[in-house]
Amino acid sequence: MNTPNTYIGGHVERVEDARFLRGAGRYIDDVTREGLLHACVVRSAVAHGRLLSIDAEEALAMPGVHAVLTAADVAGEIPTIPFRRPNPKIGPYAQPVIARDRVRYFGEPVALVVADSPELAEDAAELVLPEIEPLPAVVTRAASLAADPLLFPGTTEDNVAAVFTATRGDAEAAFAAAALVVGDSFSTQRQTALPLETRGLLAEWDADAQHLTMHGAAKLPFFNRRAMARMMDLPETSVDYVEHDVGGGFGARGEFYPEDFLVALAARTTGRPVKWVEDRREHFAAIAHAREAEAQVELALDASGRILGLRGEMFMNVGAYVRPNGMTPVRNCAQFMSGPYRVPNIALQATALVANKTPAGTFRGPGRYEGSFFIERLLDMAAAQLGLDRRTIREVNLLTNAEMPHPLAQIRPSDGSRAETSCDSGEYAEAFHRCLQAFDWEEKVRLDGRLIDGRYHGIAVSCFIEGGASGPAETARMRVAEDGGVEVYVGSSAIGQGLETVMAQIAADTLGLPMERIRVFHGSTTYLAEGWGSYGSRATVMGGNAVREAGLALLERFRALAAGRLGVGEGEVSVVGLQAVGPDGVVLELADIAAEGLASEAKFLNSDATYTNGTAAVHVAVDPETGRVEVLDYVVCDEVGRIVNALTLHGQVTGAAVQGFGSVFGEELPYGDDGALLVGTLADYLVPLATDYPRVRCLSLESYPSPTNPLGAKGAGEGGIIPVGGAVANAVASALRTFGVAPNHLPLSPARVWALLNPSE
Amino acid sequence: MKLPAFDYACPRTLEEATALLAEACGDAKVIAGGQSLLPFMAFRLAAPGLLVDLRKIAGLTGIEVGDEEIRLGAMVRWRDILDSAALAHALPLLPAAIGHVAHYQIRNRGTLGGSLAHADPASEFPCIAVLCGASVDVVGAGGRRTLPAGDLIAGPMETTLGDDEIIVAVRFPRWPEGRRWAFDEFALRHGDLAIAAVAACYDMDGPHIANARVAVMGATDTPQRVPEAEDALNGRAPGDDTFGTAAEAASAAIEPTEDLHAGAAYRRALVGTLLRRGLRASCTRQREAAE
Repeated sequence: MNTPNTYIGGHVERVEDARFLRGAGRYIDDVTREGLLHACVVRSAVAHGRLLSIDAEEALAMPGVHAVLTAADVAGEIPTIPFRRPNPKIGPYAQPVIARDRVRYFGEPVALVVADSPELAEDAAELVLPEIEPLPAVVTRAASLAADPLLFPGTTEDNVAAVFTATRGDAEAAFAAAALVVGDSFSTQRQTALPLETRGLLAEWDADAQHLTMHGAAKLPFFNRRAMARMMDLPETSVDYVEHDVGGGFGARGEFYPEDFLVALAARTTGRPVKWVEDRREHFAAIAHAREAEAQVELALDASGRILGLRGEMFMNVGAYVRPNGMTPVRNCAQFMSGPYRVPNIALQATALVANKTPAGTFRGPGRYEGSFFIERLLDMAAAQLGLDRRTIREVNLLTNAEMPHPLAQIRPSDGSRAETSCDSGEYAEAFHRCLQAFDWEEKVRLDGRLIDGRYHGIAVSCFIEGGASGPAETARMRVAEDGGVEVYVGSSAIGQGLETVMAQIAADTLGLPMERIRVFHGSTTYLAEGWGSYGSRATVMGGNAVREAGLALLERFRALAAGRLGVGEGEVSVVGLQAVGPDGVVLELADIAAEGLASEAKFLNSDATYTNGTAAVHVAVDPETGRVEVLDYVVCDEVGRIVNALTLHGQVTGAAVQGFGSVFGEELPYGDDGALLVGTLADYLVPLATDYPRVRCLSLESYPSPTNPLGAKGAGEGGIIPVGGAVANAVASALRTFGVAPNHLPLSPARVWALLNPSE
Repeated sequence: MKLPAFDYACPRTLEEATALLAEACGDAKVIAGGQSLLPFMAFRLAAPGLLVDLRKIAGLTGIEVGDEEIRLGAMVRWRDILDSAALAHALPLLPAAIGHVAHYQIRNRGTLGGSLAHADPASEFPCIAVLCGASVDVVGAGGRRTLPAGDLIAGPMETTLGDDEIIVAVRFPRWPEGRRWAFDEFALRHGDLAIAAVAACYDMDGPHIANARVAVMGATDTPQRVPEAEDALNGRAPGDDTFGTAAEAASAAIEPTEDLHAGAAYRRALVGTLLRRGLRASCTRQREAAE
């Protein structure tokens, strides 16, 4: 592409930010309508039980209450939420949009109150009395495996939603021939993504047009439109999902939840627009949880530290139902545990167990964060036993560009995506060395394990890959407006990642226009006939390439129209930026042609994943008396194929790393034996505060463009979180080496670290 | 998490306020800064029919450092305590402890009267009031009374205040010159509720510690003095051995609470660690002041 523009690769400030910083963002709760009613969800306070009846009489009698909807108001079968990645076994575990005769988790919707104000709706919700006969709650792995009781009696014979296997080579033979086998039990705790803006929806039903509009879309509006149309028995074109500004997604927000259906049903039933904005307490019980995994895994190595094999089993507690993407973390953990390393022989099994807890979904780096923690701990344990430097054991196993494409373990059963996938490009040792150099490992290693001013210092290094560019396609459309500006419509969603900026950069460079001329529209089904969205670190790769193709098509169309106008052949017209130049030097402006309808569409097809690779290094200090771990320095270097915007990229990496600190040190969703969720506020769910951690130092490389797409970009929104668990736990282990502690179970809260040091207490 | 419906009154005198409270027969709550009450109401843990706002009542603010005592009006905010140069000199322990209270916005609104009336076992102000033997002035429909801070707090989130009573001021006895003090707190993040905290003060009688007071909060169900630790300090020379003994005594003496974030054994250990560190810092501070 020969254009004067070089937005791609620059430190381009986010065009969205002026709007947000001035308080001019428009989030779902800012949207209002004439005659608006407000909804409050009545949720089960019992984790497992038979729902015998619901007494809504008193609530309905309250002035200002318009409706109390229950399962009885749903005609026919209760719809279940469709899977995005179906597989043969999970069918019975789909979530019904409202409980009818059984509740399976604390917080499961049993009714929806619709009233004149949100306060009134909540007052009335307190008067709705579900009668529930409690059953024993299945909370732990053991109880789930014992199938006592079953969550779906009469439908399934166990509490196992699915078993995934990841295989490569001959693991048994590799382990038989190994010089060293290290293995242990590990676990990561249940948590959630916690977008700071809670979910919200506003449904409008146009009875005359038989059309439903859902405001509050995020992540994947087109899939949700299909799901809603089926449930509402409407043609797909009679449903729209509209995106407004979104305060964070991280995988959890924007999936189809029971509230999508219930709020739409309320609008259709009352004939009035209905809004529901989730409060923080119900957010904890309602939005997808993640990360509850236990593993018994082993690594086989030769005497030089080369990995020969990886085997073992994992159990993920996925909660009461399988949500649309509920199996993604389970599959990923098995398929991607080998990470950036050459592991010739793999036999892993990952079992998804249902239990009476909030259903799980994806959270940034799903399954990859867990798997990285497991293998990075194993590598440090192996290095200690082999007497190897912790850098060496990684270096000898990191993949080289000569090995690309490098196939990862094959996953079964197939869930329609990536049964087989390969790392695409990269010399993984490059990011590794750059990271260690910036971290100054040689200097810091002198502090490793030392007690200084009452604290033990420790350092560690972890490597990762990040899958991106989730297929199969993304769409974009461009139109030259009457003022000569270019409107860019893209199927990708903006969830806070700077999408408008990145898409405008790509469009501007493709067209040779200043960014100011580009207006980006995204995330709503009203803009494009079909589209996908933003998940799996896909927007820059899939949406970006779609925008690029639409831009190229627009230029061709401009050339053709200009040739027609000039009465010359297309080959005689050259297009430079805003102008088409004919053979005689005649110039036509873009705006001249706009009136003729200058527009283009493109669908970028790609089902090959991109693989960003990277390395993180961390320096911690551990107070042995309080168990507090302070992160003193954190450096991450990733190789992303092509940097589109270094500012937004580093924003993603820093944010992900700090979110990872939250995962490692504090965030936890504990349950009581009765299945009650014990956390309901941000006073108990300890997200990282801006002042809690030092500046994360980010470096990015772009030496190995992805061969999967013309931009050469690789998805890079999630990688920052993947290595954090392993890096921090290994640094804590290294700091406390004289005590021989094994920090194999997250989180490493102060109380947990103290308990590691005081096992007798 | 929306507030339940309630009536609101904003009287101009204490008489009016106590009359409103008396009339409501327990179905009213006093609101000052609202930093604890409003979240309680949002979670519907409290649903008073009437809120009586104190903001227009004169005489409830102000920090007066007198010769005998320091008087703090009930509507004094954390920010006022942190900004007071007179307090920093006369009762430096108080601002040191209040620096651990929550976050900037909350410190701008939260009041000490509200904190005492809320009686959260993890709150700093009640602990310092108990440690220092502060007196609490209370006005009810039937008149005024004064009680020691320790008698005001009846249990976790529980006071001996009558339904019609309002805290109007807290009075701290002045400290003698040279009194040393300690405060140390452990919270999961700065501003979070204390998992454990300790406060202490003592005088020097020649080379020996005298008049030692030690209090614990956060780790126990109420802020409380720890006589066993005080005994371990009095009559002994300050130093690692003495402080270590006092720390062990405090750890052994308390009955720690347990919650999601910390078990009893951990809290017990933390109390000892914090007391030892706090006392050690009290000597360092003294040395630095002398230099």
